[in-house]
Amino acid sequence: MRLTYDLHIHSALSPCGDEDMTPNNIVNMAYIKGLDIISVTDHNTVQNVEVIMKVAKKRDILVIPGIEVTTKEEVHILCYFRNTEDSKEFQDFIYRGLPNIKNNEKLFGRQLLMDENDNIIGKVDKFLLNSTKYTIKEINDLVNRLNGALVPAHVDKKSYSILANLGFIPNELNIKTVEVSSNYFSLSTKILNSLNGYNILKNSDAHYLGDINEPVMFLDLEKKDINSLIEYLNKSWRNKG
Amino acid sequence: MRLDKIIKKLELEVLANKNIENNVDGVYIGDLLSLVMANANENNLWITIQTHLNVIAVATLVGLSAVLIAEGMEVEDETIKKANEVGIPVLRSKLSAYELACRLYELGV
Repeated sequence: MRLTYDLHIHSALSPCGDEDMTPNNIVNMAYIKGLDIISVTDHNTVQNVEVIMKVAKKRDILVIPGIEVTTKEEVHILCYFRNTEDSKEFQDFIYRGLPNIKNNEKLFGRQLLMDENDNIIGKVDKFLLNSTKYTIKEINDLVNRLNGALVPAHVDKKSYSILANLGFIPNELNIKTVEVSSNYFSLSTKILNSLNGYNILKNSDAHYLGDINEPVMFLDLEKKDINSLIEYLNKSWRNKG
Repeated sequence: MRLDKIIKKLELEVLANKNIENNVDGVYIGDLLSLVMANANENNLWITIQTHLNVIAVATLVGLSAVLIAEGMEVEDETIKKANEVGIPVLRSKLSAYELACRLYELGV
């Protein structure tokens, strides 16, 4: 079945995420836009995911537990999991790997935890935008152990991108899917050549409600469930040239 | 200038020692591997804080004389292993890239 998606959205828990990015606002905006599947991928934390999954049930929107991790190489990596338990186990590991630096709210914005009625129920202390101490390989190993999926984020960007920071995608990571930030047709030939053989997602990386994807990107899944999506992200689509 | 002379003068730690008699011709400093691929020149000594395996691939691709890890960064075992396999010298110093660049300039590199 063809399903519309946006698998890279930030909630108000990300310091850079707008405070209007509340569970209900995100879900309702996705609903208005006509999206079937979303993922809220905050920086190095999953603590708003569960409540967003709860809110999305009423709207029949599938939410996949996700997180945007910063590796030691300063590469942004999207990681997706089959259930909230796995995502929490992963997050605990990630959070331990963040340096003990407190968030400066004035400079970076608040890191807000919310409930299903959009009430602020707490804040995360550590500054979430820092790099973890883990290499991309260590992160990949844990995602694989938890049967999740790993997708390098906005590979076409000049910063925090696997192509910019590492020059090319290391083969041994066995990555099948990558995310681009711009329209497929505006990607440079050089980027396109690097992505030959990879399955490509285009997400919004929304920090503001209006930026969430329009229903123009499609995934073809067996079923509208998390397992089908993980399988899709981990599948070889074309022979790499 | 020969690399072994630089190693001695700057008291560099040698992590991968193949081809340390390489000739060094100029220096490139950078931590974004895509930029290094685009802008570094053959036989450059490359100063970086990146330690990922891809560092060695980029050094091979460009034909760099050696990789010099600044600020005493920890280097992955597989990076060293690969460096020994393909013959790229990997060196390390506690100094920052700036301090290393100054010292290299004084040496006349």
